[in-house]
This record gives sequence, C-alpha cells and structure tokens, in this order.
Amino acid sequence: MTDVMDPLAAEIHGPSPRQLLKARALSHKGLIFGMVVVLLLVLVAILAPVLAPHDPYSQSLMKRMVPPVFMGGSWEHPLGTDHLGRDYLSRLIYGARVSLMIGAIAALISGVIGTAMGVAAGYFGGKVDAVVTFLINVRLAMPVVLVALAVVAILGGSLTVVICVLGLLLWDRFAVVMRASTLQISRRDYVAAAQVIGASTPRILLTEIMPNVFNNLIVIVTLEMAHAILLEAALSFLGLGVQPPTPSWGLMVSEGKNMMLFEPWLVLIPGAVLFVLVLAINLMGDGLRDVTAPEGRS
Amino acid sequence: MLTFIFKRLGLALLVALTVSFISFSLLFLSGDPAAALAGETASGEDVEALRRLYGFDRPMLVQYAEWLFSALRGDFGESYYFKLPVASLIAERLQVTMTLGLCGILFALVTAVPLGVIAAIRPNSLIDRLALFLSVAGQAMPSFWFGLILIVVFAIQLGWLPPSGAATWRHFIMPTIVLGYYAMPAIMRLTRAGMLDVLNSDFIRTARAKGAGETRVLFKHALRNAIIPVVSLAAVQMGFMLGGSIVVESVFALHGAGYLAWESIARNDLPTVQALILVFSMFYIVFTFLADVLNAWLDPRMRSA
Amino acid sequence: MTKSLLSVKNLSLDIPTGSGMLHAVRGIDFTLKRGETLSIVGESGSGKSLTSLAVMGLLGKSIRRAADEIRFDDVDLLSANKRVMRDLRGNRMAMIFQEPMTSLNPAYTIGDQLMEALLLHRKVSRAQARARAVELLEKVGITAAESRLSQYPHQLSGGLRQRVMIAMSLMCEPDLLIADEPTTALDVTIQAQILRLLVDLTREMNMAMILITHDLGVVARVADKVAVMYAGELVETGPATEVFAAPSHPYTRGLLRCIPQPGKTARGAPLGTIAGIVPSLVGEVAGCAFRTRCPHASAACREPIPMRGDPSHEFRCVFADGALSEEGEIA
Repeated sequence: MTDVMDPLAAEIHGPSPRQLLKARALSHKGLIFGMVVVLLLVLVAILAPVLAPHDPYSQSLMKRMVPPVFMGGSWEHPLGTDHLGRDYLSRLIYGARVSLMIGAIAALISGVIGTAMGVAAGYFGGKVDAVVTFLINVRLAMPVVLVALAVVAILGGSLTVVICVLGLLLWDRFAVVMRASTLQISRRDYVAAAQVIGASTPRILLTEIMPNVFNNLIVIVTLEMAHAILLEAALSFLGLGVQPPTPSWGLMVSEGKNMMLFEPWLVLIPGAVLFVLVLAINLMGDGLRDVTAPEGRS
Repeated sequence: MLTFIFKRLGLALLVALTVSFISFSLLFLSGDPAAALAGETASGEDVEALRRLYGFDRPMLVQYAEWLFSALRGDFGESYYFKLPVASLIAERLQVTMTLGLCGILFALVTAVPLGVIAAIRPNSLIDRLALFLSVAGQAMPSFWFGLILIVVFAIQLGWLPPSGAATWRHFIMPTIVLGYYAMPAIMRLTRAGMLDVLNSDFIRTARAKGAGETRVLFKHALRNAIIPVVSLAAVQMGFMLGGSIVVESVFALHGAGYLAWESIARNDLPTVQALILVFSMFYIVFTFLADVLNAWLDPRMRSA
Repeated sequence: MTKSLLSVKNLSLDIPTGSGMLHAVRGIDFTLKRGETLSIVGESGSGKSLTSLAVMGLLGKSIRRAADEIRFDDVDLLSANKRVMRDLRGNRMAMIFQEPMTSLNPAYTIGDQLMEALLLHRKVSRAQARARAVELLEKVGITAAESRLSQYPHQLSGGLRQRVMIAMSLMCEPDLLIADEPTTALDVTIQAQILRLLVDLTREMNMAMILITHDLGVVARVADKVAVMYAGELVETGPATEVFAAPSHPYTRGLLRCIPQPGKTARGAPLGTIAGIVPSLVGEVAGCAFRTRCPHASAACREPIPMRGDPSHEFRCVFADGALSEEGEIA
C-alpha cells in the first residue's frame, strides 16, 4: 500500500439527519409557499386595525352598494361597499381574523381532546382502547354539518358557540392518527426499556411517546384547522354560523349571493380568499408530512 | 366470514343507538318544544297544556325510549311544520339525495381513478404534478363557493345549464360535480399510492418476466390489487355524501333530504331533525359496513380467513 | 463447435445516484451452451442479479445498460424492441426469483396464473392450457394438482409456491431458465429438494440454466460452469470442478476458505474470513475492486487488470498465478 489514500478505500460520509431535514424543508416548494401565505394572512389579521381603511361595522345608508374602484368607484372604497354601506375591503381584512381564530382555536380544542383519547387508547390498550374506538365510530357516524347546524340553531350563532361546537366535533382524526402512532411507538424497544427501569406512566408518555408522535400531530393540526375554517364558512353561508354583523367570509358570500347576477365579485372575492387560505394551510400540512416522512412519497 | 359480519352488524347497531341518543339529548337542550309547537301567539296556559298533551314534561329517558320504540316501527312522529308524518316526508325527499349521491360518487370515481393510474405510471411528471395539485386545490375549495361559481359561469354567463331546481337530468350536472369533487382528491391519491406500491411488487416483476405486455400488467395485475382499498374508500365517501348534500342542495335549490334538514333546523322542526340525524348516520353506517364487506370480498386473502 | 445459446460480451450497468454514477457492473463476459448450467456466484451487491435482469431486459428505467453483445440464439437482445423481448420472455427465456412468498399475484388463482403463462405465447384453448398446467404441477412434484389450480397463493407454503413458480416458468418449454437465488428464502430441507428438481428438469428438457447464488455448496452440486463475481466484476470463470479444485483468484480462494471442505479442512481448525467490506462503486472505479481486502494488493492493482489463464478457465489478477505463490497451499 502506498501513502496516497486509495479512492476505493475512502469512507462514505453523508449529511446529518437534521441537515437532511432542513435541506428537504427548504427545497419543498409547497411547504414554503404554504408557510409564506399563511404567515402573510396571519399578519393581515393581526394588523387589521392598521390595514383596514374603515371600520368594518360602520354602516352608511347613503353609501350603499358603491361599486369597486375597477367598476367606476373611488379609492376611498377600493372594493366598494355592501348592502348596508359597510366598506367591503375592511370587512374582508377583518374576516381573516374570524377565519384564523376559529380555525386555530377549534383545532386546538379538538387536538387536545383527540390526542388525549388517541394516545390513551394506543398506550393503555384493552378496555380503554375499546371505549375510545367505539366513541370514534360514534363520532364518525354523526353527520357533522347537520349536528353543528342543529346545535348552533339551539344555542344561537356566536363566535364562541361556533368554535366550541367545531372543537367538540373535529377530534376524530386526531384520535385515529394519534392512536395508530402511539400503538406503533409503544411497541418499540425504548419504551419497554423505560418501563423496565420503572419510569412512571406520565413520564413515559411525555418523554418517549409524545416527541415521536409529534410529527404526525403537527400535520393533523394543520389539516383540521383547514377543515374547521371550511366548516365555519359553510355554516355561516347557511346562516347558522357566525351571525351578522360579524365579518365572516362565508357570511359575505351568502350576503353577496342575491346580487350575484350583476356583481359577481361579491361572491367571488371572499370565496377566493378562503380558498387561498385553506390551500396554503393544506400545502403546509402536506409539506410537513412529506418532509418529516419522505418514505411516504413515491 | 359470517361471524365477522354479525360482529360488525352488532357494533353498527350499537353505534346507531348511541348516535340517536346523543342527538335526542342535544335537541332536548333546545328549550321548549311545546313553545315551538304552540307558536308565538299562544299564552302560557296553552303552552303548558300542549306540554302535558305531548308528554314533554316527562323525564328525558322516558321520552327517548318512547321515540325509539316508535322509530323501530317506522313511526318518526309528525313534522311540526308540515304537519305530515316525518317518515314519508323524508322518504320522498330521499330520492333526490340518493340520486345525487350516487352520481357524485360515480363522477368522482370515473375522474379520479384514471388520473391516479396515469399519475402512478409517470411519477413526478407533468401529469402527476397536475393531478396532485388538482387534488390539493380540490380539497381547499369551499363547496358552496364552487357551486356559485359554476352557476355564474354555466348558467348565467353561458346559459348552458339551468341554475336551480331538479326537473331534468341537466339540473343534476352541476350539483353532481360540486358534490363529487370533494371525494376526488382522496380517491386519486389512494389510487396513485396503491398503484405505485403494487407496481413495485415482486409479482409484477413475475408478470413481466412471463412476457405480459404493459397494459396487461397495469390493469389485470396491478390495478386489480390496488383498487381494493379504493373501493372501500369510495363506499365510505358515499356515506359522507349526505352531509355534503346539505350545502349543495341549498345552493342549487334541490328539494332533497339535505335541503329538508336545513329547513327543519331553521324552523325548529324537532321530530324531523331527530329523524334526519338518525337517517344520515344510518347511511354512513351502512356504507362503511358495505366498504368492509367489499374489502374482504375483493381480497382473496381475507375471503377464506 | 456448436454455437452458444447465450453470449454476453463486455456488459456494463450504471446507475445514476444522488452522489454520482454507480458502476454496478463492469465489463462482464460469459457464454452458455444449450443444456449447460452456469452458476454465477458472489456476495450481496456483487451485481449478479442485475446481470440476469439485464439479459432478460427487466432492468429499471434509470439503469443504463451497455455491452458489445448480448445474443440469445439468433436474437440480438441489445437492439431488440419491446415486442421482441415480450415474445421471448416467459416463452424461450424464463426467470424465477428469490421470494416465492411475494412473487405470485395474490388476487388470482394458481391455475389462472399458470395458464396465463402459456396463453400469452401459444394459441391454445383454455382446456389445453389447463391440462398443461396440471401436467407441469405434477412434474414439479405437487400432489393433487387438479385441486391446486383453484387455490390462491396465500394458501400454499413457501416451498410449494416456489414449485409453482418453477412450473410456471416451464409452461412454454423455454431454452433458458434463469434462477435468481431460488432456494435462499426456503428451509434447508426444502432447498435440497428444489435444487434436485431443477437439476432433473434441466437434464430432462435439455434446458440451459443460469443459477445465481451466494451459496458455494449449491454450486458444487448443480453447476457445469462457474462465474465468480465481486463488486460488479467477473474475477474468475471456468468449469466448476476445476475452479473448486484449483481456484486461481485470491477472492475465490478466500471464499472457499470460508466453508468447511471435506478432506481439506482440518478438524478444529478455524474457518477463514475475508477482512474488510465491499467498496463504494460510485464515481471513478479503476483497477481491481478486490484490492482493498486482498492480502497481496500492490500499487499495480490500481491499473486495469488483464484476464489470465486459458479461455476455458480465466481469472483477473495482476499476478500471473493469482498470488498463489505468495500463499502456498490452501489450508
């Protein structure tokens, strides 16, 4: 053997797992686009008082149905006003708050409920699992839209009611996925090792199980947030969700429905922003799933 | 196989019972059915009389039991609003909804399965990316918005299709698309994933080694295996179609069971709402049960188990 | 001299990877006569399976194949189009694989799959195909053949499934059968039976066979010729008896030292090992691939190595005698 290193004998070095994850995340176009758009809309929602040209609630009978600037209106009301004289653009901007808040909080509530149920079922098995699975089946059999409509009709349509109803209804996917992940993880050797050395159950759940199911959890959170936003929009559209005068995009579509023939933008614009928001959240969720578990891809 | 069916049936029944109980108790919260029946102009005494007449003053469990036993005999009470038997009311409206649901799922299958197969043959190609993008976009679109856009474009601007009603088959085209498109992404992705998975299997290699052409490999060998979970997914999606029909039927003014649900809720027509919740959940249960059975039947490994 | 049935000259296979081009197979030559059994031996990753897939035309789309010649009887396989290859596969060239548990389609009966093998290439009726399927099932030693036809793959054991695979490959009486590690996934007792079956069938049908394996014991019992592969290269080829009696390449000798040989291995003596691991074949690969593990490697081993020995028994080494003089007698 000579002094010069034989190329055939060289060791193969590769990047670390964290570097790989970062590289994958940064090159995933869907994930980047989704995150950027969501962040943008969150900013719009937070900065609504600054961005909106007018108060979304202030009505003006004299300024009813002013056309938007591209149909002959003025820049004072860039997107015109609605049938009660309220500035359309301002309502649109404040609508972001409603959608994002409902989406986030409902996803949080259902996430907590579903994760608790799913992890318990997956870890403890036996009777706990049987009960949880039964409850999941019951929840899946319930027609969500119908039940949500009925409850809102009974209790009245406020932001709080809608959030609570959605939060209490959308936990099923959390439960199913968390249960499956926990089942998988519980069988791994490091969990058995922790049990053998006498670690307490809460400790095992916190330190062994949760970090490993976290990836799946994040993905489901984004998906259910999108789901909640779409449901709220549908409920508000049907008149049994958020009530006027609160600016909800779904409500705005419903309000614009009657004038759709002549002013189609009244219906198109709020729906379009809904679409963009939900699309961005879905892309984010899918992107997260792809990046953390690329084996699932082609 | 028989024990499997019986076990699932028993479970399904239990689930249906629980759903009906939960919905009954939820509606019980609604305050005062007697007041709703009596109307706004009734006096306190009239409302009280009605309450005793209909038995609304009895404990909830008793009322539930009575409702349940009647329901088992097919008697769901009388609609507060229509003053007609709820059972016949729903049965009449169901025709429209079932037709819509069936068309919707067929539409979804006919478009999504071929797309999924093509995407799997050429992964990461233009068509694959397009299909994936359509599926993500499809899941993000609010159905009521999609419906309204279709109406604006095809009924108002182009005048090709009627905007609402249920008179002819043409009236069903747009509602079918709006109801069906939501099921498309899941079906397409499952077909694609299943095909990709199967195409990597050893038995596909064997088929090619036998001299089978690509078409035969694709359809006779690969799809036959990949389609099994898709069929049960379609059945499950069918179960969800009823929920989606509420929005679609309102947008297109189709007088089906979904529209009835919306009307009844808005009018506080409790017996109808209660019955509809049960009917909707029964449909879901039946279709998921069907999905399980189909799954077991299509896969020879499970048939003989 | 009779023309060979299969002739492969200078076959190379390259696979593009994220970190560069993987030279999986480099410059392989071998020939096969009718009725002859060639065994390709090598460890995992030596490229033996890829070589057989290259002959059959079953390589993945990303793998690049290049050769001076790949000829099967009168057909040029290198330039053959898809239709020609389809006509040959399962008909005149057949292949069986390593994993019998997953090589059959779970959705169709054994009978369906057997009959398909025949119906794809011959215009016969279903009844005739059925009869032939039964005939072949019996030939491979499966009892109650008629009733087996309506069974599904999951109802059969691994050994039975492999027999079905063999029967399926023989439906059209091929001239060449490629068996890629057909017994590796089976129990030891079944292994012997399957091998016996293959030997009998090839003799009876005058069928050529390429048997790919990593198990030298299998080779000794079955093969006429042996080709030893290491890291994508052919290091030694020759008649099986000669290669076993007088292994000329250091790798072959190393392999033989790893297994106990009756009459040669002393009782209680330790078995040999070959230190080191298979090298990475990504990027520039020149010279002898075995040099990182060969006890006699020198700087000259980095240059292209010529083939030595006579045409019937060749080996690739810098040393004219394969470094035999440096080692003395084989233990």
